[in-house]
Amino acid sequence: MKKQTVDSKPAGPKPWYDPRVRSLFFQVVAIAAVFWAGWTLVENTLSNMESRGISTGFGFLEETAGFGIIMSLVPYDATMSYGRTFWVGLTNTLLVSVMGIIAATLLGFLIGVARLSSNWLVAKVSLFYIEVIRNIPLLLQIFFWYFAVLGALPSPRQSIEVGGTMFLNNRGLYVPEPLTQDGFGLVWGALLVAIAAVVCIRIWAKKRQLATGQIFPTFKVGVAILVLLPVLAYFVAGSPLEWEVPALKGFNFGGGITIIPELAALWLALSLYTASFIAEIVRSGILSVSKGQTEASKALGLSNGLTLRLVVIPQAMRVIIPPLTSQYLNLAKNSSLATAIGYPDLVAVFMGTTLNQTGQAVEVVAITMAVYLTISLSISLFMNIYNRAVAIKER
Amino acid sequence: MGNPMTEQTQTSEVQSSAQGETGKNPGIIRVEGMHKWYGDFHVLKDLNLTIKQGERIVICGPSGSGKSTFIRCINRLEEHQQGKIIVDNVELTDDIRHIDNVRREVGMVFQHFNLFPHLTVLENCCLSPIWVRKIPRKEAEASAMEYLERVKIPDQAHKFPGQLSGGQQQRVAIARALCMKPKIMLFDEPTSALDPEMIKEVLDVMIELAGSGMTMLCVTHEMGFAKTVADRVIFMDGGEIVEEAPPHDFFSNPQEPRTQQFLKQILAH
Amino acid sequence: MTESTMKPPKKALTPVKWMREHLFSTWYNALLTVVVGYLVVTSVGPILNWALFDADFLGADASDCSGAGACWLFIDQRLNFFIYGFYPDELQWRVDLMFLLLAVAFVPQFIERFPARKWFGIFGMTGLPVIGYFLIPGGLFGLEAVESTKWGGLMLTLILAYIGILASLPIGILLALGRRSEMPIIRGLSVVFIEVWRAVPLITVLFMASVMLPLFLPEGMNFEKLMRALIGITLWQSAYMAEVIRGGLQAIPRGQYEAADALGLGYWRKMGLVVLPQALKLVIPGIVNTFIALFKDTTLVLIIGLFDVLGTVQSTVTDPAWQNVAVEGYVFVAFCFWIFCFGISRYSQNLERKLDTGHKT
Repeated sequence: MKKQTVDSKPAGPKPWYDPRVRSLFFQVVAIAAVFWAGWTLVENTLSNMESRGISTGFGFLEETAGFGIIMSLVPYDATMSYGRTFWVGLTNTLLVSVMGIIAATLLGFLIGVARLSSNWLVAKVSLFYIEVIRNIPLLLQIFFWYFAVLGALPSPRQSIEVGGTMFLNNRGLYVPEPLTQDGFGLVWGALLVAIAAVVCIRIWAKKRQLATGQIFPTFKVGVAILVLLPVLAYFVAGSPLEWEVPALKGFNFGGGITIIPELAALWLALSLYTASFIAEIVRSGILSVSKGQTEASKALGLSNGLTLRLVVIPQAMRVIIPPLTSQYLNLAKNSSLATAIGYPDLVAVFMGTTLNQTGQAVEVVAITMAVYLTISLSISLFMNIYNRAVAIKER
Repeated sequence: MGNPMTEQTQTSEVQSSAQGETGKNPGIIRVEGMHKWYGDFHVLKDLNLTIKQGERIVICGPSGSGKSTFIRCINRLEEHQQGKIIVDNVELTDDIRHIDNVRREVGMVFQHFNLFPHLTVLENCCLSPIWVRKIPRKEAEASAMEYLERVKIPDQAHKFPGQLSGGQQQRVAIARALCMKPKIMLFDEPTSALDPEMIKEVLDVMIELAGSGMTMLCVTHEMGFAKTVADRVIFMDGGEIVEEAPPHDFFSNPQEPRTQQFLKQILAH
Repeated sequence: MTESTMKPPKKALTPVKWMREHLFSTWYNALLTVVVGYLVVTSVGPILNWALFDADFLGADASDCSGAGACWLFIDQRLNFFIYGFYPDELQWRVDLMFLLLAVAFVPQFIERFPARKWFGIFGMTGLPVIGYFLIPGGLFGLEAVESTKWGGLMLTLILAYIGILASLPIGILLALGRRSEMPIIRGLSVVFIEVWRAVPLITVLFMASVMLPLFLPEGMNFEKLMRALIGITLWQSAYMAEVIRGGLQAIPRGQYEAADALGLGYWRKMGLVVLPQALKLVIPGIVNTFIALFKDTTLVLIIGLFDVLGTVQSTVTDPAWQNVAVEGYVFVAFCFWIFCFGISRYSQNLERKLDTGHKT
């Protein structure tokens, strides 16, 4: 390298004044430092683990876990392996994240729009919500819902009843489970037909508008078809659906679907907390569309509704989506606070119990971090693709 | 089509008969005793103006004289608080239907273009014809292309506004307004935000438009444009109409001292 | 007509008119107002009753609480624990002194016209931590030593957030410069460091700091739990800090870099004298916002067994001597955090507005 520099610049500077040599030198030093640090860490860790009698490698994933988990989406019991506990934790994390994202988005958009409402009371109430919720630590909110609200609910025998089918007590919320009978396939079929019909109508309406300019109320008709057709099929097939109503058996309820209080508290807190941030994003996104845009649209004779739909929302969404995804990412990461109230998410189950039982900290932490890294990088990737797709073209 | 249009004709009939005594051609825009306040600030004071079909009016005046506010009142981007504005026989009141009717007959060109950055040039032009006039897309696009040709940028139709120069953007904005086939065009300082070398291309388009018989109301500092095309020049200062005269008289023989001073300043260099 | 004296024909703003315009302008606005108003009215009354009118403020222990409303005397009784943790009573003057110095350094920042407030701020960033370093743990200058396991409550929360932000600032600056460096290897290393830390939740970082850090270190060398948490928080926070500062660096126009190059300043002088001073000023609101986020996130240390303010409250509400005081405890902590975070965020918004106008002109 040095020789090359000399060749290309016969009367070049002394090597330590050559910016290229300098840059190379710094980078070599940096690489060496990182390798040295990494090497020391590995060496220390290995010797520490040896002296503590901790084994290494991923063999522990095959061993029997031997502990129970209060909630799992995939079949699980204590005789299964540590590897299985990883899947249980991961699915539980994904469950609460997806539930939280859906609720937080709906609530956040609602409050963000309400914040801009011309109705003074509505605007002030949303402002109050945003300023209170986002300035209080999430963990505190989770504790509040779990210990103060859900923990104060009555015991199963004194459950709060809703119409004799839903029961709420300190063990969770029990709702009836729909059990499909023979003939329910007809309803699914009807739903599929309805979806197909709506798609066709949409295409047809677009075409007709292109050709004749007439605008068809696609949304209203579409909703009507989506609701009516399956309902019709349901009654034609003779109401092929039974509800398994939860019932008190001994000290607790059995049957139906149970939402454990840990999940409920975490979901509530995550959704409410993230919604306050989303609301601010939505508000500033809408405000970011300049007044000139709405004025131009109105000057062209577009009504308020059309102005919103064709001019304001498409532009606001470009501003809203990037910070929105980073809020989703935050929500997914914050779901790890589950461990504080014992909801069996990835961190609680795998990085908690599994790590404690096996002692294989390095492997467990590496796997957990890899999971979060994967989630994060895939969301960033999606984000970049999206940004490139919608970027407003400029010179 | 349908309902709103019939309603408009009804209103216009009622109003033209009521205003019958004013004369045979009552003017496409009539402003009578109009006042406007921003809070306690009196921006527009007792404006009276009648503009006939096909007339070309240039409004000039120092900044802050209320000329832009005035022109924005004519399609009710701003509300006036007293007096009457009647555009194409429809009086501007709080009634949304009247406002919408007026706005689809009145095109407007803004100082900062206000093109929609998320839509292509062609989509900008077709948006309103498709959604408000309910014209088939093919027809709307064909007519938009005609107008783009008229403003001499048909080759940019599929670009986004951000990819065009200021002068090109302003010409697109003019074409976009023309696509609604308006009866009146309002220009709110259309050349003020442009680099000097781009002003001419926009003015050329406006002159061409003036030659076609369009009713035009321009707020501008381009005195050359005023001399060439205007039927009347209106000078505003402090929210009032100070002087109103044909361009020849206005420039060679201004009556009011305020006008004289303004012209001296603007023509000094 | 005498125009200049004419007043707008504006109706005098009567309450009825105001309500018609702002609450009942359309039928759905009227409906919304009624529904939301009903909800507000029905919830405010009971909350006020609980928090004020039926609440118990005075007394010595749990039996003095009637149970009809909030039991605030619980907070009053345990306030010392919530603020100082297990810090010995007779030494708490040291903590009080630090609180006072903190206020002296930062309250002037909220007052626009305060003389020399910049120097108060600089003291807060430099002198204050040094004094704290000697004062809080003690052990030198004849001060009695207090182990870090005895620190707790609000004091610990402030220490974690303050040191976390202060220590992450220089690391963040270096990482931001690294990420914008022209040397591919330096840039790559910075990007990997930043992205990895930003991708993982703080809780995994804290677990890692408490479980894995001892494994990484050579035999015989170890840190206290608090120190481990601080290391984890600092590394994690510095990644966020780097991104904030990078935003500032990007906002500095190209011309500034070129002008500095044209003056013949080297890399470090260019950055230190020209670019960073401007960039850091631009990102103060961003830094304040990350501080707020970190401040709230410090509550997570209770999961690894440190007693921050939420930790002290959480351990007390499960105390059998007090029954059903969880809500009171949480409201107290929420109030502490809310005051801090809301106040600071208002400050940063003001600053943002001022910087914004300053930058455009």
